[in-house]
Order: sequence, then C-alpha cells, then structure tokens
Amino acid sequence: MTTEVGSETDVKKEPEKVPEVQQQTESQQTDQPDKAADSADQPSSASADQPQEESQSAEAKSDPEESASPEPSSPPAAGGQKKDKGISRFLPPWLKRQKSLSQDKPESTAPAKQESVEAVKEEHEEASQPKEETDGGGAATASTEQTEEVKEVKEVREESRAEEVQVEEKEKEEEKSIGSADTQPVREEKEGESEVKESEEQKEQEEEKTEEEQVIQQETSVLSALKLNKKMKMVVCHVTLLDGSQFSCEVEKRAKGQYLFFQVCEHLNLMEKDYFGLNFKDNAEQRCWLDPTKEIKRQIRNSQWQFGFSVKFYPPDPSQLTEDITRYLLCLQLRQDIASGRLPCSFVTHALLGSYTLQAELGDHDPEEHRLDYISDFQFAPNQTKELEEKVVELHKSHRGMTPAQADAQFLENAKKLSMYGVDLHHAKDSEGVDIMLGVCSNGLLIYKDRLRINRFAWPKILKISYKRSNFYIKIRPGEAEQFESTVGFKLPNHRAAKRVWKVCVEHHTFFRLVSPEQPTKTKFLTLGSKFRYSGRTQAQTRQASSLIDRPAPYFQRTSSKRISRSLDGAPVVNVSDYSQALTAGAGENGPSLELNSDSKSSQVEVAEKPNTDAAASITSETAFETDKSGPGAPDKKVPQQTPPRPGTDSRDASKNAEVKPEVNGQPEVIEVVEETVVIEEVVKAKPKSPAPEATVTVNAEHAADVKEERSLSSDSESEEEAEYHAQPPSTSVSTQLIKEEPEEEQEAELTQQAPPSAIEPQPITEAAEAAPAAEEEKPTVQLEEDVHADEPSVTPDEAPNGHAHPDEATPTLNAAAAEEEEPHIVNGSASRVETEHLPQVICCSEPPVVKTEMVTISDTFAAQKTEISTKEVPIVHTETKTITYEAAQLDGNGDGEPGVLMTAQTITSESLCTTTTTHITKTLKGGLSETRIEKRIVITGDSDIDHDQALAQAIKEAKEQHPDMSVTRVVVHKETELAEEDD
Amino acid sequence: MANIYPYGCFTHAVVRSIPESFGKLAEGGEGFETDLAKAQRQMGVLTGALRQKVGLQLIEIPAVSELPESWRIEDIAVIQGDTALITRPFKQQRRAEAEAVRRVLNELKLTVVEMGDEEGGSGGATLEGSDVLFTGKEFFVGISKHTNHRGAEVLADTFKDFAVSTVPVCGGSRLKNICSMGGPDTIIISSGDGAKKTLRVMEQLTDHHYEILSVPEDVAANCIYIRGPSRADYLLHPTAEECPNSVPVSNRGWSVHIVLYERNCALPSQCDLSGEKHAAGINFNYTNECCDTDLCNTAATISSPCWTGAVLSLCSLALLLQLG
Repeated sequence: MTTEVGSETDVKKEPEKVPEVQQQTESQQTDQPDKAADSADQPSSASADQPQEESQSAEAKSDPEESASPEPSSPPAAGGQKKDKGISRFLPPWLKRQKSLSQDKPESTAPAKQESVEAVKEEHEEASQPKEETDGGGAATASTEQTEEVKEVKEVREESRAEEVQVEEKEKEEEKSIGSADTQPVREEKEGESEVKESEEQKEQEEEKTEEEQVIQQETSVLSALKLNKKMKMVVCHVTLLDGSQFSCEVEKRAKGQYLFFQVCEHLNLMEKDYFGLNFKDNAEQRCWLDPTKEIKRQIRNSQWQFGFSVKFYPPDPSQLTEDITRYLLCLQLRQDIASGRLPCSFVTHALLGSYTLQAELGDHDPEEHRLDYISDFQFAPNQTKELEEKVVELHKSHRGMTPAQADAQFLENAKKLSMYGVDLHHAKDSEGVDIMLGVCSNGLLIYKDRLRINRFAWPKILKISYKRSNFYIKIRPGEAEQFESTVGFKLPNHRAAKRVWKVCVEHHTFFRLVSPEQPTKTKFLTLGSKFRYSGRTQAQTRQASSLIDRPAPYFQRTSSKRISRSLDGAPVVNVSDYSQALTAGAGENGPSLELNSDSKSSQVEVAEKPNTDAAASITSETAFETDKSGPGAPDKKVPQQTPPRPGTDSRDASKNAEVKPEVNGQPEVIEVVEETVVIEEVVKAKPKSPAPEATVTVNAEHAADVKEERSLSSDSESEEEAEYHAQPPSTSVSTQLIKEEPEEEQEAELTQQAPPSAIEPQPITEAAEAAPAAEEEKPTVQLEEDVHADEPSVTPDEAPNGHAHPDEATPTLNAAAAEEEEPHIVNGSASRVETEHLPQVICCSEPPVVKTEMVTISDTFAAQKTEISTKEVPIVHTETKTITYEAAQLDGNGDGEPGVLMTAQTITSESLCTTTTTHITKTLKGGLSETRIEKRIVITGDSDIDHDQALAQAIKEAKEQHPDMSVTRVVVHKETELAEEDD
Repeated sequence: MANIYPYGCFTHAVVRSIPESFGKLAEGGEGFETDLAKAQRQMGVLTGALRQKVGLQLIEIPAVSELPESWRIEDIAVIQGDTALITRPFKQQRRAEAEAVRRVLNELKLTVVEMGDEEGGSGGATLEGSDVLFTGKEFFVGISKHTNHRGAEVLADTFKDFAVSTVPVCGGSRLKNICSMGGPDTIIISSGDGAKKTLRVMEQLTDHHYEILSVPEDVAANCIYIRGPSRADYLLHPTAEECPNSVPVSNRGWSVHIVLYERNCALPSQCDLSGEKHAAGINFNYTNECCDTDLCNTAATISSPCWTGAVLSLCSLALLLQLG
C-alpha cells in the first residue's frame, strides 16, 4: 500500500534528520555556555513585574526572529544567524513530502468509498432537493461533487503537511533540548506507523509541554532566545487584564492562542473562562479576537505581542455564574464599557452603578474617610460631572452593609438590563448605503441606525450567515406570510471587517444557541472559504461545567482602581488558606488539573461516558480545543494522571469525581471521553473528505487533526474571500431548527440534567426534546437510542446523517454488534472510541390527528443491540426515553374530534443504512372530504448527535419533498438515550 | 431611580383642562362637530377616576384658550423614571403648550430634558408623546405624521438605558391610538390591519415577550394601566358605549378593578366608526376567541407579583408620574 510506503519513508527520514539537529543543538549548547547567563536574565525579567523592560527585551528577541523566519515554509534566505533556524526552514518542504505520502493512506482507501457514497448521496439529493442547491454544495452534480471532494482531500493533505512539519520539528527540538541523542520519538514512529500517526498530535502537545518545561528549566543552559532552536524561541506576551494591570508570560513562539489564554486564566485563578477571550489589535488598529486554536503568531502577524483580556460573551444572566470571581471580572469589563461609552446608560444608571462600584471596592461609606474627593479617581461615566459624583456618593451611603460580592451582583443585575449590554457593534452600511450598526448579541443580530433599533434578527430566524468580500449576508427564514427565504446584505468597510462580523456571529450563535459546538455539514466542505467554527464550549456546556466547580471561592482582591481594598469579603478571607494551599499544591499542576476537570465535565455533557479510549484517541484529540486548553500541563500525561486526585484539590476532586461520574467506569476514561468527543467532532468534519470505511483509527485521527488544521489555516488566509455558516443543517425544516436550538427557558432544567456527570449524554436533541412541549403519548414515534458501541477505528461517521447514502459496506470494520443488526450502524470514525449513544429517531409527519395506537415501537430491536454491545467492555446500558412533539401551528382542532371513516390504511417499510422508514398511509373520510394522512416513522440509528440532527432534517426534508402537497403538521422526536451504569 | 419600581407604579397624574376653544382647531379640521360639554364631562370622569379610584395625586393645569389642543398633554412630555423629555410637537402652534408643562415638571423635581425649540436645534426632529409606547423594558416610537426618526433619536439619547425601536404607524393615526399597555407585559392592540402591521414590527424588534390582547376597535386599545399607590391594579379603558365589542374582552381579561370612563371623543370620527363598524356579530366571535387564548395568560401574568420593570410615565391625556 502506498500508505505504508509513505509512512515508512517518513520514519526513515526522521532518524537522519535528527542527528543533524542534535548535533547542532549540542554544538550550540556547548558553544554558548556564556550566553546562558543572558537568557537567564530574560526569563526572570519576564516573570517579574517589569513590563517595560520585558517588552523591550521581548521585542529584541522577537524582532529578529520574526524577520528571519516569517514563514516556516519559506526557503532559507539569509540563513546566517542560526543553523537551527536554517534547518527548521529546510525541514518543512522536505517533511511535507513525507506527509503527503502518509496522507495518501486515508486517501487511497477513501476514494473508492467516497465516490460510491457520494454518488448515492447525490442521487438522493438530486431526486429530492432543489432546495439544497441554494444552500451550497447541493447544486453540484454527482461527478463534480466527487471531484470536488478529491480536491478537498488534497487540500487537506497540504495543510496537514505543514502541521506534520511542525510536529516533527518539535520532536527534534525536544531531542535537542534533552541534549542527548535520544531518538525515542523516532523509534516509536517506526514501531507502529499507525500509532505514530495517531500519537503525533499527542506528541506534539506533549512535546510542547515538555519543551516548555524544559525551556524553563534549561533556559539558563540554553542561551539567548535569538540563537536557539525553535523550541527556544520564546516570546514574551503582554496581556492587559481587566483591572488594568499587566500580565506577562513567555510563550513558545508557535504556541496557540489557547496556551496564552490558559496562562492568563490560571494567573487570574479563573475557571469559568469560556466567557472571556484575548484580543489584539491588528495592523489596522482593529480589535480582533485571538483564535485559541491557531497559532498566535499567525494571527497577530506583525503586530506586537500585546493582548487584552476581556469578556467575549456577556452572560445574559450574570447571576447564573457560579463564582464571584467571574462576576467580578465581568464587572470590571462593564465598568470599562461604561466609562468608555461603549455601554451607554442614563445619568441615573451611571449613578447607581457607580455606587455599587464604590461599595464593592471601598465597602461601606465612611464619612470620616470618604470625603467627596475619594471618588475622584473612579470613572463612572464618559463625562463625569460633579453632580454625578454627588449622586453616586448619596447612593453609596444607602448600600451600607453590602458585601463586595453582593454589590457586584447588584451592579450586574442593573447593568444586564441595559439595552446595549453584550451587544457587539460593527459599523456597516445597508443595501442603500445608509450608515447603520450591526449589533451581535446573545439573542441575534440587531440593526441600529443611529441609536434606534430598526431591525432585529433573532438567531432562530437566521438560516445562514455568510460573507463575501466586504459584504455580509444573512439569509432569513421565511415568515408565516412569506414563502421564500430572503437574504439581507450589509456592506462592511472592508473584507476583514466583514469576516470579523461573520466570525462574531458564528461564535455568538454557537455559544448562546447551541448545546454543543456545531459540526460543519457536508456542504460546507464543498464550499470554498473559511471553515471557521467556534470550537470552544457553548454557554450550556460552560454552565454545566461550572455547576460542577467545587472549590472554595478563590480569594481575589478587588483592586481595579489600584487602591488597596480592605478585605471585605467574608468568604475570601476564610478561603485564603485554601487558596494558598492550592497555590502550593498546584502551582504548576493544579491550575491545569482544575481545568482538566472542568473540561472533562464539559465533555461529559457532550459525550456520554466513553469507556477506555486508547491512547490514540486521546492523542488525536489534542488538536482539539479542549485538550489544548490544558496546554500548560502535559496533555498527554494528563490522561493517565487525571484520574488520581490532584494534590491541592485532591479531596475535593475526588469527591467531585465521584459525584460527577458515578456511572463512569473509571475516571481516566472520562477524561479520555472528553478527548474522544473532540475526536469525534473532528472526524465528523473530516468525514466528507475521507469517508474511508477501511481507514484505521489512526487515519481518522490524523485526518481529523488535519482537517482541523486546514480549517484554521484557511480561515487565516487572506485569499479566502467568503464563507458561509449555516445556523442549522442545510436542509432547513422548522422542526430541525427547533431540535437544534436550545429552548431558552429550559436551559436551566437542561443544565441540571446535564449536570449529572452520569454517563448520560445530554445531546442537543434530547434536551430540545425535553424542553419542547412533549406529547408524551407519542413515544413510539421517534426514538433516539444510544447504543454503546465499541467502535473500531473504522468508519467515519460524517455521512451518517445522510444515512441513506451509505452503503452498508461503508462500515466494514464496524463492531460485530453493529454489523449484526438489521440496521446498519455507522460507527463514528473516532478511533477506538466506544459509543455510548445510539439515537434512533422516528419522525412522524402526519395530518393533524395522529393515530397513536398504530405507531410501532422499534425499541426492541435496539434492546437486542444493547445487549450485544454490552458484551463489549461497555457498561450496561440503561435507556432513557424522551419524546418531543412539534406540531404545526395550523393544526385544526376538529381533526382530533372527528375520527372520520377509515378508508384505506397502508404501511410500507423501507430500510437504508442507518435509518428505517416506516410509512403509514391512512385515508379517511370526514364529512365528505377525504383526508390522507401519512405518518412516517423514521428510526435513525447512529452515533453522534449531530448526525442525528442532520438525519432528522434530511428525513423531514425528504418527507416534504415526497409529498409536496402535504404539510407537516407534527414531528415527534423520540429519543432514547442509554445511560451507562457504573461498572457492570 | 430606574428599574426599582415595578411597571405601572404611579403616584402623580398631570392633566390639562379642555379649553373653550376645544374643537375649533382640532385636527381633523372642519366637518367634525365637537361637543365641548361632553368632552369636558368626560375629562371630569377621567380626572375623578384618577384621583379617587386610583388614588393618584392629580395636578391639573388650567386651560388656555389660545391652545386648543393643550388638553392632549401626553404629547408634550415623555417621562420615564425621574427624567422627562419635553417633546417637540409636529405642529408649530402646539409647541407653546410645553411651557406650562415644563414648569410643573420642574416643580415636581424631575430632570427635564429639552428637545429644543428651534428649528435647527434638533435637526427638524419632531416627537409627540402619543407616538411613544414604553413597555417597562423598552420604547417603541411610532413613526407617523407627527413623529420622525430624528425625534426618536432624541428620545433614544435621553433614555439611554432602554432600547428604542421605531415602528411604523399607518393611516395617519398615532401609536397610542392603536396600542397601549394593559399590564406589565401585556400590550393591548387593535386588530385593525394597520395595527397588525405595527404589531408585527414590534414583535420583530423586541427582545422580550409580551402577551398580546387584541381588541376589535382602535379606540379600545387606548387604555391606561396603573398600579396605584394602594398596589391595586387598574386599567382605565374606554366605555362600552364607545367600543362595545371590546368590553367583553376587557372584563374577562383582568382580575383588577376596572374603571370605566368616558374618554375623549375629540376625535369623533374614530368613535363613531368603531361603534358601527364592529357591531357585527363576526367581530364579537373574534373577540371571544381572543379571550379564550390571550386572556388567560394575561390574567396570570398580572396576578403574578414578581414582575419587574421600570416605570412608565405617559398615558392618554394624563402625564403619570411616579415620584419617590
């Protein structure tokens, strides 16, 4: 197989390379002992509180580097300064070739499969959906689509090269840093190609960490940053925190955004960090969010390594934040917003908010100490008047007895009501060239003209957002009266602005509306442009995660105004000991461990518990955001280590873990699960490109990684002129949307549901289902079952949603259980991932009165599966059943009352790969009118949530298309989720 | 302070008597016969209800015969919390009405914000209070013959805490002629075509959820919801005589005291129209349906004690104030 060859060559080349590098490193190290002193100075200064000096030194360090190696792949130009650099430059192209070979692996296997799949799919699409064409990829004919796919794959390959290069470089670096001719990594690669690949990612991370550690340790020995190897290329980042103070830390030059972000959060002792982000000023002096999944350097380009830490997603209800420190930071942000005028408010509100600020920072008003001028260093409003200050003081007096935490809470309660709270404004022009503002917020997109709100598009009304050059478009769901979707376009000042607003929309939609980050649908892969997606946690997930935070309230000082605040918080004082304990215990590790925990929690939310994943899986996941988060620590190490409670928080953790995952077999597994989840996502994304059934786990993992990389790269690239984001699966049916969207009111309930760390997978669908006005009686209709599959690394799941398209053979390597089943299961490609979920969905499209008695319950089939599955090392599965019913508004009341005369009844059952469709047609005669009612029961069996969403959407769409003259009056989603029980 | 009191809590009402010149220059021009005596009688009923039934402190500004429309005091100021925006009516001759109102509001220690009298002052902005609906959470400004975008902007600049959305008002009427607040989260709106269009826009623009109570006549939609000092809820609405089809809706809808008062028939065209037009049985059926759906919700909403919101301060024919 070509793959084999490729990877072997890979391996072979590796060793050759290594020696060179090592020699160089060694020579450097030996050659430059004296420089160690220099380097020592720099790190120490970095850690100290001397921003200015730091920045100078940092610039000194970084400038030459940047100029020398603007792009890793660029040929060695000057090559003068360091051998290492030169080498590293040389490496990329060379390694790229290797990578491409190795990449062939997935490809070669994939193409055949792909084509067949594609073809099938195409038929489906062509036959049934004119609509999709508008949405994007659908328009392509089968052949073109195929070719496109191939292209995509190639792209992926290329992108992945770069990544691989990086990895290998790092490996080398590590070796260098170790200083011994340790070729271990290389050997490992040789041993198992597949493993190697899987673990590449892992290694990368590991190496990053080790590198970092080493760097820290060895900095003295290793010389000035200028002369060193890559790993030595450290850059000092300056982050302006919300209280105005500066935080500086050294990061490896190639570090991703999240590394820095986590450093900052750790510094702040912040756990609910998903609401926050880092931003920087681009060349045009525009504030941009630092993408955590991408390298910092690529994003900031030639700007300085100067960042701001700020709130990215303003929680609509701050009282639901778990920790006071999070609220405090939010307060700081809002004070800035208010003082700068970004958040306009009236005189009265300025005064009220100002008074809470005083109470929080100064405590009770003290007439002795607090003369009028005591507030002159505070800025309460953009234009602060004496009158305002007097009012503030007056109100301050009335807050006597309020603790800082309470004052902050009151501050937020009032601030959140402001109409511009959490609205991210962007200048734009409408189609007629009139100046307007686009405001992105948690509810949707607001359009302002001057200060007036002239339009508003709530997320549920938006089908798609896209941008092209400097235009930004939203496609609007047709209203009740309208028949067609409309697209609204806005003109942004430039391409970058259009992309920025698009990104912000994507992120806000995902964060506030979805339960878990969306996975791109197939069509997206066929379109050019940015593949950017929000990959962090959603609000639901972060709430879930933070609900599990179980640490004593961290101590923090409210010092925004640089005044020494007296310790007013009762709680903090008490907790000081804990805090210090935590510090001592975990200076290095504790922070990360906490994060990990939270991560795992969140992951739980997304993914049911997954029994042991092998290393490969976890490795793969490294690319993923969550894993990376833990960055500072050694991610790879975590997997094993996480299980044991951390020193500082051990007891707590232990209990937490126990509570959290009673049903999970082992904690390490849980952790892995998290990562697994990530993997799944990636795989899903990758799928379209390489739906190779035979692909091994390794391949998938790699692919996933590659895809991800590609995505980020592409979104980075200037050339990309446009991108789309479907707020929901391309096939848009109301019900689909409903399902995907998280009902707002139910969030709380859902959270609590999710919160049980139990293996339950609260999937978006499930939640929505619960939230929705459920017609409990309909249960039989749609069932979502989550089967536990000990998945083999085999098949990529992406296609699952369109299950019809899938030939059974697509999943040859699937587990026996799946294979045995009547309904073919598509196993998610994620390596060795054990699937806990299995969601069959039945959709019932019928005229108003639904004949409940006739519905068939298909759960028996699944029961059989379950038992089979359970024989694998999967815990016993309990089934949780949820039913959602969506009914069209126009339901006639009379339908229910008058059964009419039954004329004919007919039941047709058809099966395809992952869905079973049962069509039940009844014709009844009512008062002279014959009424045809078609019920479709569609059982969707599969793995990840999104697949089900898509499948459901697809099914509904098909149903609509098959019977264009009929209306869908009811959709019942019946989801069966299996709960894994502890240890069976 | 903003947002401390629940929606609808008022302590004061400012009204202005009907001058002798009433009707002479009323809009609608000639052709409409106005009944001064009746109008004054109705005003008396209104003020009586405000003072005695609801228990507000009533301040009555004497009429000035040079200002025939001065009784429409709601146009002259928009009050929220302790801030009052003196508006700039569309008609030049009405701008003089502001003087007396300004004086009273200053006496009440409100923060008075001027919109500017000069033609260039606010760039030709015009705003009338009857085009402003404050829901407790946000403002809707009806863009009508009397109120333009610039005027709405001034309003937005004055009340920065709240979202200010502009909505179209069709048919030359005013926003308050087709809708008003019937409770903290309830909008009473006419079911006419123009009103429906306005309502659609409002629903499109709002972040909040309101119960909608639709009534068959425009006139019936002109109500005042007051949470009196005694903490009882009052809804002042037009009499059954004026809008016979809407009363069943109203009576079934609220578990609050209902004060019937004879409202101004200064725009006799509307009253008569609605009376005849909606007398048909079909409308009545519609009304019933409305009750079955919306009203239950409405009642529940009102009875719940825990709503929050800021204070509305402007209603038909009376400026309602809430003062500490």
